Formats: sequence, structure tokens, C-alpha cells
Amino acid sequence: MGSNMAENHPIAFRFALQAKERGATLIHVDPRFTRTSALCDIYAPLRPGSDIAFLGGIINYILEHDLWFKEYALAFTNLSTIIDERFQDASELDGFFSGWDEESRSYKYDSWQYQGEVVPASLAEHYVNTTESFADKTKRMEKGPPPRDPTLQHPHCVYQILRRHYAAYTPEMVERTTGCPREVFVKIAEALARNSGRERTGTICYAVGWTHHTTGVQMIRAAAMIQGLLGNVGRPGGGILALRGHASIQGSTDIPTLYNMLPTYLPQPNAFKPHKTLKDYLQHERTPTGWWHNFPKYAVSLLKAWYGDGARADKEFGYGWLPRIVGDHSQLPMTLAMRDGVIRGMFMLGQNPAVGGHNAGLVQRGLAELDWLVVRDMTETETASFWYAGRPVRDGEIHPRDIRTEVFLMPASLAAEKAGSVTNTHRLLQWHDKVVSGPGDSRSETWFIFHLGRRLKQLYSASKNPKDAGLLALTWDYPTEGEEEEPSADSVLKEMNGYTWPERRQIESFQQLKDDGTTACGGWLYCGVYPNEGDNRARARHPDGPEGPGTHLGWAWAWPANRRNMYNRASADEQGRPWSERKRLMSWDPARDEWVGPDVVDFEPKKPPGYQPDWGENPTGMEALGGDCPFIMIADGKASLFTPSGLKDAPLPAHYEPVESPIKNPFYGRQSSPVAKVWNRPDNRLHEPADPRFPYALTTYRLTEHHSGGIPTRTVPVTAELQPEAFAEISPELAEQLGIRNLDWVTVATLRGEVEVKALVTERVRPFRLDGETVHEVGLVWHFGWKGFAQGDIANILSAVVGDPNTSIHEGKAFTCSLRRGRREAAR
Amino acid sequence: MKLRHTIADRVAGFVRDWSLPRQLAGEDPTREAAQSTMSRQLRPRLEEADTIGTSICPYCAVGCAQLVYAKAGNVIHIEGDPRSPINEGTLCPKGAATFGWLTSPQRLTKVRYRAPYSESWEERPLGWAMDRIAYLVKRTRDETFVSNLPDGTPVNHTLAIGSLGGATLDNEENYLIKKLFGAGLGMVWIENQARV
Amino acid sequence: MTVHPRVLDYPQSFLPGVIPDEAELTAGQRVGAGRSYGFFTDTTLCIGCKACEVACKEWNALPADDLGLRGTSYDNTGDLSATTWRHVHFIEHIAENGGRATTMPPFQSNWLMMSDVCKHCSPAPCLEACPTGAIFRTEFDTVVVQQDICNGCGYCVPACPFGVVDVSLEDGKAHKCTLCYDRLKGGLEPACAKSCPTDSIQFGELGELHDRAHQRVEVLHAKGVENAYLYGAPGTPGATGGLQQLNAFFLLTAPPETYNLPRAPSRPAERVGPSLAAGLATIAGLAFASLAMFAAGRAD
Repeated sequence: MGSNMAENHPIAFRFALQAKERGATLIHVDPRFTRTSALCDIYAPLRPGSDIAFLGGIINYILEHDLWFKEYALAFTNLSTIIDERFQDASELDGFFSGWDEESRSYKYDSWQYQGEVVPASLAEHYVNTTESFADKTKRMEKGPPPRDPTLQHPHCVYQILRRHYAAYTPEMVERTTGCPREVFVKIAEALARNSGRERTGTICYAVGWTHHTTGVQMIRAAAMIQGLLGNVGRPGGGILALRGHASIQGSTDIPTLYNMLPTYLPQPNAFKPHKTLKDYLQHERTPTGWWHNFPKYAVSLLKAWYGDGARADKEFGYGWLPRIVGDHSQLPMTLAMRDGVIRGMFMLGQNPAVGGHNAGLVQRGLAELDWLVVRDMTETETASFWYAGRPVRDGEIHPRDIRTEVFLMPASLAAEKAGSVTNTHRLLQWHDKVVSGPGDSRSETWFIFHLGRRLKQLYSASKNPKDAGLLALTWDYPTEGEEEEPSADSVLKEMNGYTWPERRQIESFQQLKDDGTTACGGWLYCGVYPNEGDNRARARHPDGPEGPGTHLGWAWAWPANRRNMYNRASADEQGRPWSERKRLMSWDPARDEWVGPDVVDFEPKKPPGYQPDWGENPTGMEALGGDCPFIMIADGKASLFTPSGLKDAPLPAHYEPVESPIKNPFYGRQSSPVAKVWNRPDNRLHEPADPRFPYALTTYRLTEHHSGGIPTRTVPVTAELQPEAFAEISPELAEQLGIRNLDWVTVATLRGEVEVKALVTERVRPFRLDGETVHEVGLVWHFGWKGFAQGDIANILSAVVGDPNTSIHEGKAFTCSLRRGRREAAR
Repeated sequence: MKLRHTIADRVAGFVRDWSLPRQLAGEDPTREAAQSTMSRQLRPRLEEADTIGTSICPYCAVGCAQLVYAKAGNVIHIEGDPRSPINEGTLCPKGAATFGWLTSPQRLTKVRYRAPYSESWEERPLGWAMDRIAYLVKRTRDETFVSNLPDGTPVNHTLAIGSLGGATLDNEENYLIKKLFGAGLGMVWIENQARV
Repeated sequence: MTVHPRVLDYPQSFLPGVIPDEAELTAGQRVGAGRSYGFFTDTTLCIGCKACEVACKEWNALPADDLGLRGTSYDNTGDLSATTWRHVHFIEHIAENGGRATTMPPFQSNWLMMSDVCKHCSPAPCLEACPTGAIFRTEFDTVVVQQDICNGCGYCVPACPFGVVDVSLEDGKAHKCTLCYDRLKGGLEPACAKSCPTDSIQFGELGELHDRAHQRVEVLHAKGVENAYLYGAPGTPGATGGLQQLNAFFLLTAPPETYNLPRAPSRPAERVGPSLAAGLATIAGLAFASLAMFAAGRAD
């Protein structure tokens, strides 16, 4: 679900097909019948944006028919935990949860907590917005285990809350909301349950089909809940697999060129959180219990890696130099900030927002407001050429003579023309060699950033202004190679791995990191990739032979600690025994007093399954987690079927319609997520629910033959010819209704703009019948632009700047549009 | 492949390829006897490579390994690395087109510069562009840097410079971007495809 | 995720040379002269990704055809040609009982995809028609047009029962799949089969491929795919009309015509008798007609 795996990750689908050969059931739930559907056993059509109705239906089905994996879920999830008795779910409040504050249009999270204690979230969004002191309240986790009722009878235990909340998600409601026939839905729910338990596991694969919604995080949460209930996490063949879309999209999340994080999931200091001093920051972001209790070691080691000798203990290790965020600085508001003149200069480093950005017309107008723009790519992209070929220019809305933007288009090196590591979708760091130099003046980004940094350090070298002290302290002594003075990527990876300071001896594990300035580490989760001088494990090429266990620990290196299967403590039962021989991975060996198996255990290797914290000692960190707590990154060590903190929209997934939807929410009075990020303004106007002017459900998507913004495939003749033009897929029923024939030009429109493409009339798109009403779907490919050998109108001209409240990811998978035969009339 | 032959070549080639003597010697006229010089000398061009390095497919995130074959500083072919437990030598249509991407006729080799209000590109030296960009970054930063909010809260940032991109780049590249732009210059609009 | 044991011999990031007999790692067997090789294309595993088309064009340096959107499902290549030696057909069969399918037959799609290629027939009608000896049967039992001999007469084009061979407008010579003759000589698997993500295209020695294919049909039948059958293996549809076998053969789940394949292909040589008779009859008829006209003219 949320993934078109055969089309977008064909080599990963190789394994799905191999599993099918061995008897696995493949299921595809998707708004369109795709090349993935064609190879699956069951295909379920689903109206775009109705995924939580479907997933909630599965949760309900599992609970109502008692199909969950009891030993697993009781031991390893918070199913029996008792929640604050003030908590009310969306079924009681017509689509809201308790804690809604109309004035700030946000939730207060007090009533979502465990009874009597505040549970901090485990990743970057640590801070819990409660009315009481956060740090004091979370400290109660050191006093004893969270309140639980293993009999599941307590009316406020998670199990009972789930039953109440999901009672409405019946097969009938699933059909009415998603358009999936109820018998198909039931067949899928049963197949999932049947293929889970001691002897079997199931996996759920998703991709941007889930993230590109205002409820994207909750869709993934719903899948996580299903997998927790069915015991499919931490076990071989289980899990939730995020199929990511770029060679190092995982790496660029870990080593984030993202506004809200520092490398490997440390929060970026925020001016409006208690982050004023290093002490505040460490105190508030460190969780009292669980692995994240080590947070100060990672934060201080990062500062040491960045500011070197300038990172002195008496100067907060340079913490004060770090920039503070003051709000949402992600790509959607960035678009508006360009348009509004807040941002004056931009770097585009291998990204093409004139095609891939949402409300692409607005993006192009925003680019025209910049003072300067640097585009680094392998060709002239749409983004680089906006000033003479962009939509607003071609429509005569603006003229190049009126655009002041100074544009630099710089040739960039590609893989094989530079060395470095990329992190793939299962966290594997793989090194690629520099085999040749890029053509002409092509350079790597390592080169560009390094030499830009050198110039800036030179320009500021005489400055005594405190604002420049951080830049001047920045460690920037990477050795260079060759005539081009290419900085050594190898030395950068060594810094990310970490070394002792000041000796710079490589360290082997993040367990060696310290918070006193004697270790420097650019990304604690990458510690171990370069454990010794000359030992770059990302470059290891020792796969397992046919007799090996198949974990391939010698092929490249996976974070963390070269572990291939996360949370693998859960592959054994509460007592540490394999759930079954068939699904054996890690288990406790009482003879050796340690966890054994073909993977690196995701647990303290010597902690016995029977260990329980000595609560009299106020244990912290890992000491506070029992031997039956596999989810060590979570403060209580249990999988969160109910999420007390970390999410802005709900502790439990509830079905909300997309911000633009052809129908009213069948579940609640509340139409769309109450906290969805919406920027409703004249240049980003939105459609009301069920607006008759925009009756069709629109979804945008990719094709096997092209890649994202299209530059890497539209510029290559042999891939361009395979999908040479943009098109819209519509059903024969809608085509007949509108008098559209195959290959006719059609115009698709929203309040943001219009695009003209050819129609591809196909039975693979089907009308959704919802409670007697028919909703038609329009599918639009978004790879195209005005450059390259394969061209077409930009689908994102139509999309809006609206986003998920947790991630600010746009809603490009489900919005509404109008459709008519014929070409658009240019606004000339 | 030789495109031009001298007359002597042609005569020699004809004699070599003339299959009648070989047919008379008992070879099958549809098989060995019919084999031309080119067919006899044919070898896969991978064997011409002087450098063979490992790369990782630059498209999606599955992480398929590739072998890059180069000769005299030019890539001559890229195909799947049979050693990888991920792809076992296979590649999808995008991965199989990596050689085509590196050698695309639309590749840029020089810096293009568009001056404010200009209607055309100009070619500029790389060093000039680097100097000019460094100057602009400093100017914009110095004009917009905020040390503290009015209430005294430290922010140490500039909201006037942004950066977009990274998911197609290496970890080392992203690391330096975040380090220089964030920890060095105080930029906060740092984003990439990983979010969207 | 099981790789060949011999990969353990090459742990370097930079390799000292081409891995010897790489086909052993990618196709499970070494390539040797004097044996018969071919393709077994199992359409039930095809995901229509077109990696084969791209890998083929990249290896053989074939230009893009620049066709534009064809509106025939996801096929924008159209057909095999002088510049397209692998071509993926897309056939949509989604409608079912007035509605749309949700349950897929096991191992068979409702959106049929099939990667077509030169069949390397045995015997090969194109070879038999070639007057210059340009088309020959290689030491790997494959059929290749030798570009240094072909004079572009085009006799091979109508001789091909599958419409595969095509004369290029660029150089005027006949072109088609060589089953990567150069790669086979270097111990490499053909580019399309090596790249195929799902092993829908399998390369190997024909005897072994036949065994594998027959087993696959049995497995599919046992799983309820009763309409699975081989096309082009000895004694199966496709191997008819004097064609003993197609070295590139297929596993199909719909009638051959669905995939634009002839139901009963035949060698032109097999058609000589009837054709000759038809030709003679035509000549006789024409003679008779002209005589009649002549007579009629005289009558005017």
C-alpha cells in the first residue's frame, strides 16, 4: 500500500516475486491498477487518500475477530498500558481527540499521556507541549514501570481504547469510504492475519503513496499498529519497509540537509523551546529512560566534530553558534518565503523544484523574486531556465527583462565521477568509487562546498564579529587530491564516524562517545562505518556465499552498528526463545549468557530476557528497560500502539479526508485533519470539500521509465523514448461521459493552474462507487517539464502548498480537479 | 569498428572472408565457413577497460551495485555488479541507462551565468563563479543576520539564504552542506527531497 | 539473496579486470563455443519495466526511435526494428464480468507484459534467404547478421516469419538481435537477460532452458494457471512449419496472436510448393485473361 513497488523499485520487487514463488501472498492496495497490481494475488482499488479508513478497518477486523498475536503484542507493545482517564478518542468527539485548543488550533497532549506520567517521544520531536514542567514530569519514568493491566479489562488501557476508537471501521464503512468492495477488503484482512504469528510473518511496503498526504504520518502509524498487533516487527520477513526514492534519500535524512535536525536525528535548536543554553537543550531533549538517554554524548561529540578546538567546555562546546529555528523552514514554506522576498539567495543542489515543487507556478514566480540563484546539476534544468522558459514567462505574465535574479548554472559530477557513500532504503551505506572525472568544469558538491567554505573563511578571516566566530572555528582541514583539489570524501566519512580528540584516532562504536569533548563524531549512528584507519566498511564487498546466513554482514555497512534487522530482539519471545524454528533470527543463549544469531542484536548483548529494573535505584537510560523491551529507542521500550507524544495530529490514526476531497468525511463531522498545514492565500487557493467545480479525485505519480523531476531520464534518449510525453490516465467511463478519446488533448485544472496533456483512456483506472455515489479519478504523471528529450506539462502546476502537520510533506497524492477535452488557452 | 578500408584492406578482407575455399574444406556454409573477419575478431568492449570501479546506482534508493568500465578516462559502459546481494547483476531501466545519463548529449560542461535582467546566458570560468557566489553569500548574510530576537533569545541565523537538494548527493556532500550552511553560516532554510 | 560462491573471489572495490566467465555468476553457467544457447522468456514474471530494451540499446549503441506517445497502454516503442531489438508488449485485460478484476490468477497478470526478441530460429529462414552469407549461425547456435558482409538486399526481411529483421534507414543494412554475440565470446550473459530484474528473461543452454521451462509450466498448471504453455520449444506452438525450434522461446498465458505472434509460423521454404503452384496458376490466369481481353479487343 502506498507503494507501486514493481514500477518504482523493480529490483526490490525481485524479492517480492521470489517470495511469491515460495508461496507468499502478494497484495496491492492502490488507487490505480499498476504493473505491481498485475503481479499480485489480490488487488484492492482504493480512493486516493482513504488509506486510514482501510487500515483502521483492518485493525478493527483483527481485534473483533481476535486474530492478533497475543504473546507478542502483550509482551512487546503498550497494548496493556493504561492511559490518562481524561483521554477521549475521535469517535467520542466527532473527529477530534481530547486536548483540542481552538484558539491555537493545536492539541495539548496532557490527556494523551500514560496515567500519571509524561512519556517523551523517541526521535527528533522530543519535546512534549504539556501544561506542567516537561523535564520534571518525564522523570517519573524512573520511578517504576508504566501502569499496565495485562488482563486488558481496564477501560482506559490501550486495548480497550483501540476497540472503541476503531469500532466504526467496519467492512461496510471501508467500502463506503474507500470504494474497495467489502469482500476484497475482508479477504485481505484475513490473508494478513493468516500469514502472521509464530510460524509466519508479513511485511508492509510503502513509499510516497503514504507520505504525500496531510495524514501521511498517521497512515504509516496505522500500518505500524497492524504490524505490532500481528507480531510482525523485528522478525525476519516482517516489518514496515519504507521504499525510498533517491540513491541517498535515507542518507540525506540521517545526515540531514533538513531544517529541523542535526546529523543522525538530534533536534535542531529551536528559539521557542527550552534550548537557550546547552544545559537546557541537553536536559530537555534527553529522555530519562531508553537509549536516547545517551543523547548528551552524541550532541557534544557533534559540536566537537564541527568546531574542533573552538568547541571548549567553558564555551558550551560552541553550542551558542548553532542557528536556532523559529518555525517551519521546510520546502513548502520555503516556496512562500521566496515568493514573499524573505529568502534572497538560493542554492539548488541537484533538485528541480520548478517541476517537483508544489504549486509549481508559485515556485517559478518565487524564483523570479530572488537576488541570486545557484543551480548545480548535470544539465540545464527547468529550475535554471525559469527566467526565460518558465510558465509565467511563456504566458506573458512576466518578462526576463523584469527578472532581477542573478543565476549561476554549474555543471555537477555524477556517480562514478566522484567518490563517496550513499545510504540506501534499508540503511546500508555503500561507497562508490571515482572512476573518471566529470566533463569540463563538472565538480562534486564536496568540491563546491569545500571551496566555497574556504573562500568564505578567507573573506571573514579578519572579522571579530561574534556572528562569524562559528564559521571561523569550523574544522575545514580536509586533505585535497589532484589538480582540481578535490577534497577527500574518505576524510569526511572518517569525521562522520568519529575519532578521539585531539588525537583523531578512529573509534569503533558509539558506545565509546563521551560528553566531555574528548571525542568528535559527525553522526553517532554512522559510528562504526570507519572504525580503524584505512578500514572503510562502506566499501566492503564480502557478501555471504550460498552457505552463509544471508544477512550479508560483510557487504557494505548498515547503521546502526551494522545491524540488518532493527528491533531484532523481538525475533525471540519474552523468554528469549525463537518464536519458531522457521522464523528464528536472534535468541538468548543461556549457556553463553548472551544474545546469539546471524545478525547484530539490537539490544544490550548481555542483558538477559528476564532482567527487570531495580526501581528502588531510580534507574535511567537502558537500566530502566527490562529484558523484554525490544524497542530500546522508545522511552518505555514497548512498541507504541498508542502514541502519547511526538505527533501533532493524533495519538491514534483516524480517517480524515484530504484537504481537497470530492466527498464529505463519512466517519466524522470533522472533514480533514484539524492540524493539517494549510497556507490558504490568493496564490495558493484551495477547493472546498465536494466543490462541484472540481469533482474528480486527482492523484499524481511516477513511472518506471522516469526518475522524479525527470532530469536523470528525460535527458537520456533511451529512457526518454519509453515514456516520451506527459499523460493523464482516465477510465473509459469518464472518457465517455466527457467525450474524450484516447490520445485526445485534455486540460486538467485546479485553482492553482491548468495543464494540458494527452489522455490515456484505460480500464486500469476505475470509478469508485461510494455509497451509491460515483467518484471518478484522474491520474497524472508528474515527471515532465520543458527540458530533455521527453517533455510535457508540469503536473505540480496543479498541486497546492498544504502539508502534513508532523512532517510538512505536501499532499500530492490526493486532491481535486476539473477535466475537459481540448488544450488550455494560454493566458496570453 | 573500422569504418574506412583501403583498397588493399578490402582485397585482403575479401580473400579472408571468401568462404568458398573453406566450404570446399568441409566447413558448413551457414556456420564457420560464413564467419566474417569482424565476427572472428569480435570481443566485448568491456575487455578494453583500463579501470573498473564499483558504483551504486544513482537513481532510486534500493542501492543496486554497478560496475563502471572506463578506458583512458572515459566511461565505456556501466552494468550491474553480479557480486551485490541486492541486485545480483540486474538493473532496472533507469539503472541500465546510467551510462546514457553520464554521456547524455545534454550534459553541461561549463558554468552558465545569467546577469540580472539579462535575456541570455553567458559562459563564465568556474573560479569567477565561485568568487562571485562567495561574495553574494557574504553580502546577503551580513545584511540579514539576526543574533537575538527582540526579547533577547539567541537565534544566530539568517533567514535570507536557502538551500534545496541532497537526496541525490553523497553522505559526505550532505554532511559538508549542513556543516557549512548550518553550523558555519547560520542558514536554517536547509532542505532536500528527503522530506518531499 | 544468494549470490554465486565465486563472487567471494572478487572482494575488491576496484577490479583488476573483467570478471572471467561472468555469465556463471549472473546466469549460472559458463558460455562455451559449440553449444546451443538461447532465451527463455517467462511472461508470467515480466513486470514490463523495459530494462531489457534499455540494456540492449545501451550495450549495442542503438539510437532512440523518437516515436512519441502511442496510446497503446505503456508501449511507446511499437515493435521490433533495426534499432529496437527487445520490445515489451502491453496487453490490458482488466475488465471482468462487466466489472474489473480484483483477484489475480496466480502467476499471471491481468495486464499482460511480454518482452519480444528475435527468435534465433532453427533453421533460420532469414539465413536461408540471405544471398551474401552475411547471416550465419554462430558457434553458439545463434543467428547473426554480419555487418561487414551485409549489402542491404533485404531478402531476409520478408523471409522472417515474425517480422523481426529490419533494414536500417541509416546504413541500409539488415539489423536484429545478435544475442549479444560479442558478449558471449567474452563469457558474458546477453545484456537484456543480465539486467532483467525478475528473471523473466533467462539466458542459457537450450537443453537446460527447455527443462526449466517445462518444469515451470507444470508448476503453473499445478497452481491453477491452466493456460500456461510454451511457444517455440520443440514440439510446441511456434515450432511449426519447418521451424524445429526457436532458440528464443516463450512461456505465454494467452493465444499467440495476443502478443502479436503468429499462431503457426512457417519457413518460406515450406511454402515454396504451394507458392509455386499459386504463382503458376496466377501466370496461367493472367495469360488466359489477357488472351480473353485480346480476343475481346479484337471483337470491338
